[in-house]
Amino acid sequence: MSTPHESDGYLAHAPGYVANDGPKLITSRFEHSDSFTLQRYLATGGYNGLQAALRATPQEVHQQVREATLLGRGGAGFPAGVKWGFLPPGKHPYYLVVNGDESEPGTYKDRLLMERDPHQLIEGCLIACYALGLQQCFLYVRGEMALAQERITAALNEAYEAGYVGREIRGSDFSVDIVMSQGAGAYIVGEETALIESLEGRRGMPRLKPPYFPAAVGLYGQPTIVNNVETLSNLPWLLTNGAEAYRSYGSETSPGTRMFAVSGHLQRPGVYEVQHGVTTFRELIYGNNYCQGIRQGRELKMFIPGGGSSPWFFGEHLDLPLEAKPVGAAGSMLGSGAIVVMDDTTDAVKAAWRVVKFFARESCGKCTPCREGTTWLEQILRRILDGEGRPADIDLLLDIGDNISPGPYPAAAHGELEAVPFPPRQTTICPLGPSAVAPVVSTIRRFRHEYEAKITRRDPIPVMAVPAGAAL
Amino acid sequence: MKPDSASVFTTDNEARAVEIISWFPRPRSAMIPLLHLAQQQDGYVSDAAMRRVGELIGVTTAEVKGTASFYEMFRFEPVGRYLINVCTNISCLLCGGEELLEHACEVLGTEVGGTTSDAMFTLEEVECIAACTEAPCLQVNYRYRGRVTNTDFDRLVEDLRAGQTDIPHHGVLSQVHQRTDAEHRAGIVPPEQAREAPVWISRNSDTQAGD
Ligand SMILES: Cc1cc2nc3c(=O)[nH]c(=O)nc-3n(C[C@H](O)[C@H](O)[C@H](O)COP(=O)(O)O)c2cc1C
Ligand code: SF4
Ligand code: FES
Repeated sequence: MSTPHESDGYLAHAPGYVANDGPKLITSRFEHSDSFTLQRYLATGGYNGLQAALRATPQEVHQQVREATLLGRGGAGFPAGVKWGFLPPGKHPYYLVVNGDESEPGTYKDRLLMERDPHQLIEGCLIACYALGLQQCFLYVRGEMALAQERITAALNEAYEAGYVGREIRGSDFSVDIVMSQGAGAYIVGEETALIESLEGRRGMPRLKPPYFPAAVGLYGQPTIVNNVETLSNLPWLLTNGAEAYRSYGSETSPGTRMFAVSGHLQRPGVYEVQHGVTTFRELIYGNNYCQGIRQGRELKMFIPGGGSSPWFFGEHLDLPLEAKPVGAAGSMLGSGAIVVMDDTTDAVKAAWRVVKFFARESCGKCTPCREGTTWLEQILRRILDGEGRPADIDLLLDIGDNISPGPYPAAAHGELEAVPFPPRQTTICPLGPSAVAPVVSTIRRFRHEYEAKITRRDPIPVMAVPAGAAL
Repeated sequence: MKPDSASVFTTDNEARAVEIISWFPRPRSAMIPLLHLAQQQDGYVSDAAMRRVGELIGVTTAEVKGTASFYEMFRFEPVGRYLINVCTNISCLLCGGEELLEHACEVLGTEVGGTTSDAMFTLEEVECIAACTEAPCLQVNYRYRGRVTNTDFDRLVEDLRAGQTDIPHHGVLSQVHQRTDAEHRAGIVPPEQAREAPVWISRNSDTQAGD
């Protein structure tokens, strides 16, 4: 077997992950250079969570996950234990689809988990399959992530060989197959119904809702659980140590830890595992343990709290804890655990334009408000940046935004976690369209003067002297 | 002359295609992995390869093309040996991604989207590649480089020209392949053939809502 590609020293040069003194539930092996091997995994408590699960009944395992209030880490923050309960009885086979498509701007944590600790993810998949009677697991890895694909495939080969995956796992009557599958470059495939379409060998376009959850109708029309890589990577620790131990970290409503990628204008950008719910944005951005402040002593201008789809935050939001409810009440979301920090040198219009350009480019084109609306937003922002903005452009931007996503966005972020309101307020099939509105509305609200300055700034138009008597 | 579609894949790759299909309950699910296999072999996805993929998974060539064209990674014409993807999305924009892209254009003497005349390099501007804390960053044939300065970029190009990296040619993704024989698998069958609750569930069925 060929050895996984090391990407010549990339990891040493730009490690991404930065360890801190907090609890390590899912990054405990990252310090080892061979963290991705079965040997290291077994030497560091690997597959103990599976053994614990196999000693319990499937229902007991599901109950542990429910009690732990393990929140989904893919973006919506929906409790995994509750989602698992949506499987309709008796409609076998059920499937597990792992969402490893990570491509939300600013998001960088699932790739680390896949590259550095693939066995932890595999063990998480096994635990979910055992608990719910899922018969096959599909690990869908983003197409562009060659190293993650190699590490996962190598780990699967090892795990099959050692009897941790496949037929009658470790001498029990539990049998499941796990297959690594790949994407091929399309952000929208991260949306779970689009992911299922892609896994069926089709164009990755979101399905019409309802049904809202693939747990009812998913892969091949069968009940399907879709979970994020980080969500599942929590299960080995959770099953080894129990729900109570899990709940001793983080806060009451957001227990455990979470990985945050903090990027942008920082002294020490990085991916940090932090206690969910108790750590604040300020600690993460300014703390010595974490990012150590804005680069070169500059001032914070704004930050994106939860990936490209989330409405933007400012200085007054720094003391909010990294917890879904208060962040939702303040009008945004923790989303995919991606914080992008911008200092006072940043052009607000340009930053908003870049995020909108992403959504315009990635719109799958299935619904008109998104396909047309995101393109218009991008073009209007572009002309404002080019000094060709028109006085009515600000209202036009807001009006287009309102067509894609009427009312406050995101509606879901204002509700109670236990009852995420579905469908969210949008005129589109999926939330991609509304996502493009967030940066526009955020920056217009706060930095309207920057827009106005760009729009009213006119380069003087040279007036040609018209010779007297010339025909006009 | 058009190649006969059965000989599009090498013998090894034809066998690998069959192996890949065997991992899925329905052959069509192997669509994307098989297109990657074709691109790995030839550096792009040829019409003949799409025809063969369609035959292997039992769909029309038009359906294969329609699906393949949705996904950005698939190329339908040859590209450079090295595809350099520079990210300019938000975190990279903040840390010099646009400037890096401009520098790359100058050094390679090509526009964004262009290929150098020696067919060594194709340059693209891409969206977030999940390395945001390492901005500005890029990928060469989907292998990462982070915190890339202009000097780093120049050295990278020199090394690639001199063949001094272990980066394989365009199209090669995972160099490890999943292989486990049928005997060690749980058994992969179409959904119609798996209607029974699995044994470890039915054994606990008195309390299981699912049965
Ligand atoms: C446009 C869009 C893109 C998404 N991209 C991702 C992604 O890359 N990875 C991910 O895990 N979830 C993504 N999601 C969320 C998934 O639809 C789904 O909620 C998630 O995978 C469920 O896993 P979780 O409950 O464990 O969080 C995306 C959603 C939308 C609407
Ligand atoms: S909102 Fe956009 S991305 Fe989502 S389904 Fe509609 S067109 Fe596609
Ligand atoms: S923004 Fe460039 S890698 Fe994420």
